Amino acid sequence: MRIELEKRAERSAVMAWASPLVAVAATFVTGAIIFAAIGIPPLKGLYVFFFEPLSSLWSLEELVVKATPLILIGVGLSVAYRANVWNIGAEGQLTAGALAGAFVPIFYNSWQSPATLVAMLALGVLGGMVWALIPALLKIRTGANEILVSLMLVYVSQLLLDWLVRGPWRDPHGYNFPKSVSFEGWQTIPTIGDGRLNLGIVVALAVAVGLAVLMRHTLKGFEVRVLGEAPRAGRFAGFSSDRMTLFVFLLSGGLAGLAGIVEVASTVGQLQPNISPGYGFTAIIVAFLGRLDPIGVVVAALMLAVSYLGGEAAQVALGISDKAARVFQGVLLFWVLACDTLILYRLRIVRGAPAAEGV
Amino acid sequence: MDQSALLAVLLTIVTASTPLLLAALGELVAERSGVLNLGVEGMMVMGAVAGFAVALTTGSPLLGVLAAALAGAALAVPFGFLTLNLVANQVATGLALTLLGLGLSGLIGEAFVGQPGVRLEKLHVPGLSDIPFVGPLLFGQDLLVYLSLALAAIVSHVLFRTRVGLILRAVGDNHASAHALGYSVVRVRWAAVLFGGALAGLGGGYLSLAYTPQWIENMTAGRGWIALALVVFSSWMPGRLVLGAYLFGAVTILGFYVQGLGVGVPAQLLSSLPYLVTVVALVVISRKRGGGDAPASLGRAFVPDR
Amino acid sequence: MTAATAPTETVPPAGEAIVPLVEARGIVKRFGTFTANDHVDLAIAPGEIHALLGENGAGKSTLVKMIYGSLQPTEGRFFWKGEPVGITDPNTARRLGIGMVFQHFSLFEALTVTENIALALSDVADINALANRIATVSRDYGLPLEPRATVADLSVGERQRIEIVRCLLQEPELLIMDEPTAVLTPQEADQLFVTLERLAGEGCAVLYISHRLEEVKRLCHAATILRHGKVVGHVDPRVETAAGLARLMVGADVHAVRPRHARTAGPTRLHLDRLDLPASGPFAVALDRVTLELRAGEVLAIAGVAGNGQSELFDAISGERTVSRADAVRIDGRDCGRIGVTGRRELGAAFVPEERLGHGAVPAFRLSENVILTRHATCEDAGLRAGFIDARRAGSTAARVSEAFDVRKGRPDPEARSLSGGNLQKFVVGRELDRRPTLLVVNQPTWGVDAGAAALIRQALVDLAADGSAVLVISQDLDEIFEIADRIAVISRGRLSPAYDAHVMTLEKIGLLMGGAHGGSDRIDDAEKLREADGHAH
Repeated sequence: MRIELEKRAERSAVMAWASPLVAVAATFVTGAIIFAAIGIPPLKGLYVFFFEPLSSLWSLEELVVKATPLILIGVGLSVAYRANVWNIGAEGQLTAGALAGAFVPIFYNSWQSPATLVAMLALGVLGGMVWALIPALLKIRTGANEILVSLMLVYVSQLLLDWLVRGPWRDPHGYNFPKSVSFEGWQTIPTIGDGRLNLGIVVALAVAVGLAVLMRHTLKGFEVRVLGEAPRAGRFAGFSSDRMTLFVFLLSGGLAGLAGIVEVASTVGQLQPNISPGYGFTAIIVAFLGRLDPIGVVVAALMLAVSYLGGEAAQVALGISDKAARVFQGVLLFWVLACDTLILYRLRIVRGAPAAEGV
Repeated sequence: MDQSALLAVLLTIVTASTPLLLAALGELVAERSGVLNLGVEGMMVMGAVAGFAVALTTGSPLLGVLAAALAGAALAVPFGFLTLNLVANQVATGLALTLLGLGLSGLIGEAFVGQPGVRLEKLHVPGLSDIPFVGPLLFGQDLLVYLSLALAAIVSHVLFRTRVGLILRAVGDNHASAHALGYSVVRVRWAAVLFGGALAGLGGGYLSLAYTPQWIENMTAGRGWIALALVVFSSWMPGRLVLGAYLFGAVTILGFYVQGLGVGVPAQLLSSLPYLVTVVALVVISRKRGGGDAPASLGRAFVPDR
Repeated sequence: MTAATAPTETVPPAGEAIVPLVEARGIVKRFGTFTANDHVDLAIAPGEIHALLGENGAGKSTLVKMIYGSLQPTEGRFFWKGEPVGITDPNTARRLGIGMVFQHFSLFEALTVTENIALALSDVADINALANRIATVSRDYGLPLEPRATVADLSVGERQRIEIVRCLLQEPELLIMDEPTAVLTPQEADQLFVTLERLAGEGCAVLYISHRLEEVKRLCHAATILRHGKVVGHVDPRVETAAGLARLMVGADVHAVRPRHARTAGPTRLHLDRLDLPASGPFAVALDRVTLELRAGEVLAIAGVAGNGQSELFDAISGERTVSRADAVRIDGRDCGRIGVTGRRELGAAFVPEERLGHGAVPAFRLSENVILTRHATCEDAGLRAGFIDARRAGSTAARVSEAFDVRKGRPDPEARSLSGGNLQKFVVGRELDRRPTLLVVNQPTWGVDAGAAALIRQALVDLAADGSAVLVISQDLDEIFEIADRIAVISRGRLSPAYDAHVMTLEKIGLLMGGAHGGSDRIDDAEKLREADGHAH
């Protein structure tokens, strides 16, 4: 018995919508099995993980807070991946953006004005762009694989952060803890209401909508899609893949940098060795789950934010590690990719050897 | 630096290079067949946790080694199914594999954090191992070191001097032609991917059984990615891979050595040396060869038309 | 139906066994809803050179792939020497004694000749002994090969020899050849025919797939003709006329291109002045001092066997690759060697590349989107305003093109890859012609395209020139060239011969030019051969 793939004449529009849903359902099933395997009642486990985070206003706010960086980075990556440029180092660009933006409160601690915030955000974007420029230029000039270069720079950026926070940028009044001075007033992102919800989500949604318009309705978006699908046709159309590499790296890097400075200027409020629970990597899953479409990314980001909250809740309620969230995310990505096959191919289960035909 | 310090440094270089060599060798075989598996980091770290766990619970480091290889190969199974049978995007699937491996290993390894491990013993050949300086270096290594070098020689021989290796290289060069000639591209690649997984697992197992016999979350620290870069750097040739792995091992150890000297260089900068050197190596090799040596069907999807 | 189209049974040569070597009865092959072969019958006698005729898409390749075991029939049976047989895979076919030389070679560029052949044989004990056998056999049959050469370094003709020698080493009783002369110069083709006739004389049957009627008439003892997957005739090509064969293949009189009236050419639209282009990679061809002047109102064809720099020349003219000397390429008198594709389109030029899927059009994009591909900078009809795409405008342009060029499609705006080769080619050509360009450069305009679409495209090219545009056609199809060209030049190894008027060009002269002789070259003996060829003009 074999599985055979039969190519469809055209992409199945139905499956393009259904495949992420099927993938989510399959993840639930896999999750139930994993829970059962480690001795937790499956339904309770699924409830705690995926539905409890949606049950209270407080947790809904947390959801949005966690989804914000995922949206910002995810939409940038979705454009890059559409262009077949594999920026895997968003986590490093996030860190670089946080470092660049933090420059202001650390060195100009008493500067308090709306311009402070603007400067921080701008520097954050710039920091992410500069960090992303490295793999982009190396790819263009030398052909070096952007996946590996951008990834190596993640480790470098994290070590840089570690050094700065324990050394030159450590808060002198911080009791020797490895952290920078706290950001105050205009050096933090304004909140909405009295919870942790902040303006970051507004920025993220605006960016998502902007990029959705770009991808669907502009020549630039067309250029991205052509170069990603058929680079030769792109050249024939007069588009330059080198310039596209630069464009998408700067875009996704800048957005990751923005996410970085938004994170440290809101949730965290200072620099410390660990500023992100792997948002840069989770955003990769978000991009795929969202079908590499900016609006889809928003939905996917919310879903994956649920898994983060679920992981924390599960730690408390079920006694399992929050690493389980990572496992779910990995499983989800697998299912998304598996179900994606159905968009381009029809599955046929073939019984017996093909040689039996016709003899 | 006196002789005993030099010996110590050289010995550490060997232990630092071996996991890289093992993982990179496995990936070299996979890539020679045309499959780009970015999940090396995930398979390595799963090998590390599996090896540690089994060695600790059974008390036998050899069983741990076996478990490490099996764990790596096991993680390669969903990757193989997705990319070879369902023709999923190889880059995305490899990334998924890494994320899954990191998460799963973290989950499994929680129970083992902080526990002292079971170390893979170094061999002792009576007479030979006692020769001053050369003895311990050449004849006093642990099993996996010799295995890694032997595997490099075997892989080289099989690839270039046997029919099996010829078929593998052919599949990696032009999978359409190989299929037209009647070879099962999918089966050849499955074998290569499983082999790559097993070796990546072995490399990870080496970390938790010989390099530092304990389990730390994410203890591979990017070595899987460095192994991928090594494969490119070696132009897909096993002999050059050995040189590359030892070069990188040397860079890593030299960083620690300089740290130990108390020079005022920040520890983090020295720790970042392997990653920076990887970037430099990629740039240098990409400029020289322009990627012309890569197996021509590397990373490209294959769907047979029946 | 006239007498010429009534099926004639194959008559086995006198003295041979009547039992056919290989026979197909009622073969059907379906791919999903598409029927590639519809109850096909075929019989080949030992030592017979049997032609399988049909135009592109008739089902010839599918049928032989089943004989060779790469595909399995949906219905029907094969017989080998009278016994029913299941050819489950190529290994089985080889064991029976069937060898196949594909149109697209199954070669491995990074490996040596010997390694390539070793992969195709099932049992190779000693690779060095194999190398020696290769050297000997290839020399004996007039197709010499160097066993240790890397395939990437060999020409297309030499690569075909690898495929043939590989088959010969297994001492086949049936040799299948799929469009073998598509990639050969006329002289190389002659050498191949000598080899095939020798094989037939030794008792090996040859199944010769082709759509080239003169060749088939010259070489083959029998022919089976396929049209739309069905057998429409078994004939003796030595008796049948080329026109009769053509009618069987196509089913109706082929639309002949309206003859062109001699006209004086207008101003120079395209001027290539000693254009040099370095090779872009190890397998590419460098362009060497290519010089060309193309005038308004004329069709200039560049003949050449694949792999002699056609794609490189196309890329240099289209602007996908720019050169350092701005005046090496001049369009309408303007230097544009350093200007890219979009700039050249803005000067009124249009281009149609060889590969429609992946180069001329994006396979997964709809036709309306593919319209934007080449027209986004030049005209509003692509549907572009201030950087925003007007999908409706693009859609109506696509509809207009499809209407004007008879593009048959299942839905109003399908994905490009769901169209058949001929229809997509009509769209790609039509998309450019709809712009009324003053210069059109097209590479292999009718490759892999059915006869009806091919005729439409060729007529469109001729009409475009008649309206005053300059048309440059790069083609491997000499029949097509002679049909539409005013002047003909030949490209060989990256160098372009001078362009001669079509009515003084002969097949022999073209063959010589393909071999590298250039009219104004410094090789005296080549120039002599050319003069001799002129003397033998037919």
